[in-house]
Amino acid sequence: MNYWRVPLDINKIEIPHGDVQIDVEQCKGCEFCVEYCPRDVLELSTDFNRKGYHYPNVLKHNACVNCTLCEMICPEFAIFVVEGKPINPDVNDVLKKEAKV
Amino acid sequence: MKADPIGVATGSHYIDGDHACAEGAIAAGCRFLAGYPITPSTEVAERMAERFPKVGGMFIQMEDELASMAAVVGAAWAGPKSMTVTSGPGFSLMMENLGLAIMMETPCVVVNVQRGGPSTGLPTLTGQADMMQARWGSHGDYEIIAISPNSPQECFDLTVKAFNLSEKYRVPVLFMMDECVGHMTEKVVIPEADKIDIVPRNFYKGKKEDYRPYKFNGDNSVGPMIKAGDGYNIHITGLTHDERGYPVINADAQDKNVNHLVDKIIKNEEDIRMIETDQIDDAEVIVISYGITSRVALKAVQDARAAGMKVGIMRLITVWPFPEKLIKKLSSKVKAFIVPEINLGQVSIEVERCAAGKATTIGVPHAGGWVHDPNDILKAIKKGVK
Amino acid sequence: MSEISAPTTSTLKIPQAPDKLQHPMTDFLRTERLPHIWCSTCGIGTVITAFIAGLQKSGLDRNKVSVVSGIGCSGRAAGYLRLDSFHSTHGRAVPFATGLALGNPELKVVVISGDGDIAAIGGNHFIHAARRNMNLTIICINNFNYAMTGGQAGPTTPEEANASTAPFGAYEFPFNLPYLAESSGAVYVARWTALHIRRTTKSIAEALLKPGFSFIEVVSPCPTLYARRNRLGSGLDLMRFYHNSAKIQHGADTRDIDIDYQKEIVVGKFIDKEKPDFYTNRDQFLSKKLGDKYIPYRGPNGH
Repeated sequence: MNYWRVPLDINKIEIPHGDVQIDVEQCKGCEFCVEYCPRDVLELSTDFNRKGYHYPNVLKHNACVNCTLCEMICPEFAIFVVEGKPINPDVNDVLKKEAKV
Repeated sequence: MKADPIGVATGSHYIDGDHACAEGAIAAGCRFLAGYPITPSTEVAERMAERFPKVGGMFIQMEDELASMAAVVGAAWAGPKSMTVTSGPGFSLMMENLGLAIMMETPCVVVNVQRGGPSTGLPTLTGQADMMQARWGSHGDYEIIAISPNSPQECFDLTVKAFNLSEKYRVPVLFMMDECVGHMTEKVVIPEADKIDIVPRNFYKGKKEDYRPYKFNGDNSVGPMIKAGDGYNIHITGLTHDERGYPVINADAQDKNVNHLVDKIIKNEEDIRMIETDQIDDAEVIVISYGITSRVALKAVQDARAAGMKVGIMRLITVWPFPEKLIKKLSSKVKAFIVPEINLGQVSIEVERCAAGKATTIGVPHAGGWVHDPNDILKAIKKGVK
Repeated sequence: MSEISAPTTSTLKIPQAPDKLQHPMTDFLRTERLPHIWCSTCGIGTVITAFIAGLQKSGLDRNKVSVVSGIGCSGRAAGYLRLDSFHSTHGRAVPFATGLALGNPELKVVVISGDGDIAAIGGNHFIHAARRNMNLTIICINNFNYAMTGGQAGPTTPEEANASTAPFGAYEFPFNLPYLAESSGAVYVARWTALHIRRTTKSIAEALLKPGFSFIEVVSPCPTLYARRNRLGSGLDLMRFYHNSAKIQHGADTRDIDIDYQKEIVVGKFIDKEKPDFYTNRDQFLSKKLGDKYIPYRGPNGH
């Protein structure tokens, strides 16, 4: 998210965070999670699991906001999210984004 | 256990076989009936529709017989003793889910008030031509229990027995009436509730994790049941399954599962068997019959005895499982078996198979629509004693 | 579980999920039977996830919830759910469930089955259960064909779609299932696709809490047969298609929501109305007619 200026309550803001857990052997490589993750946390691995499917890998761990969409859309019960410690946005990150604008 | 007095219409009644059957079911503790109207069995459903709301039962008229039988199996797994009632064409439709009940080892009772067939046949006239359908009607290998009453009183008494056997062996019991018995009105004495023996459902009471819905250990007995909603989270399927009820699609599992379904009935044949015999000790010829035909046969046997012929009578109350051992034993003692039945030869084929050439089997076929002329049976007896 | 030995290539690495963490739905699944039989990119598993989530959301006692399935791919649903679950015969899931629901009115009985099972061989049962406002929730997973048997045309196959028994394309007019359900008497009718997981979940939770006959159609990708025969790509491609072609229109007139081949799919909650459910109606009617003589059926625990 881009801010025009640093919000006054920036120190109080907490961004939910999730730890994505992948049961690689359950995966059948449908890519639903990779395709529909709103934060593009996942990528498809180049490796195969035992059944010969490419399974998802966590690409951007910090980007996960624990929305559990991957968990919900997975037809194999192979991926789920554990609620992690919320992340406080870094003031410098926010400013960097502002500078871009 | 004794019957719940709330459902028992103790007293002397003048009612027909269909109504007596309904009363027998209520006395046996049946509290769920799903059915579809069909002559000549409708009176059973009608009486249940009238009686159930007053005894805490649930009656539902389904959209067809397929649904009726499926609902009965579903209801049985919810807990109540369940039944359905039909006649020939409806019995054909029930075969699919009768197989399901057999595979799921679900206790229930299916009443078939037989009429003339095939197809629509003789809706209002009698027949006994569904006997082989009762035995083999659903696809695959299985064994079944079929009971054939010959009077309204028996329609009451044996319906209670049918429920008891279905609970004991976790199997659908077919109550094979015929139009004559169903519509025959006679005195029916319904005893007091504490004189009626009931087999309650054997519910499992142990630990959840130890429960197995099926028992395939080869001892020819069935395990306890549970009912949906008790927290056991069971899985029950019409697929070939293991003791947990989980589908297993291979020859080994099929062998265990199907042999169990067959053995639990066949190996307990003598326990299930209900047979009435008279004057067979010195008999040269035995007349084997069931249902309404047994009453006609009795007249023929009495006439033959009066004429000096050594004739005995055997009435099959349970037609299936077939009393194979008994017939085999008798076949070395007698000259002939006479098998009158209102079909063109169904049970007579079984008799012939068991007699295995040691005794002659003489069928007395009748295509249906009316009962035999006792003289036709007498003629066959005369042929048999020669 | 079948043993498949892993290729021995040195580049192969098999990361494992941490031991202590469990999928939050594990408790509702017969994990010993997983992985399930459904193909890669099939949507049925996603609908099952939505069902479990909907059940959790509804707050119902899971021990009082029974699931009944018929036959077919979707018919296998019951076998993977750690609830009282029944896998009945083809087309008879609804009457089996009717018996189960009537046999114990404390139960919430859910039918999860396919379009062929519910609308073709079981069509008569379906409309009659709706007519009675029977206490059932029906989740019909519609993949537009008979997949288990090899991709034959079914009651919902859109005109023009290819199927193994419609090799030149289907030319029969398909059922519009929400319209069928509504006109038969259902009190809750919704349609979603396997992509609309959150909305499906919400609908399932609502339907579970709704007395009477509730119906949810979930359009779901069949990659192996429907998509392959029609050259529509994988299940993922179909999910993308739903993404672009599904239009949410709550309260839409069900007469206007036919599904044409690869055209817009109208989804949403169409019907949510009040009408006495079967139990309530029967109880009230009979006690009015019979007075003190009436003994209500209270199930196997009731007397």
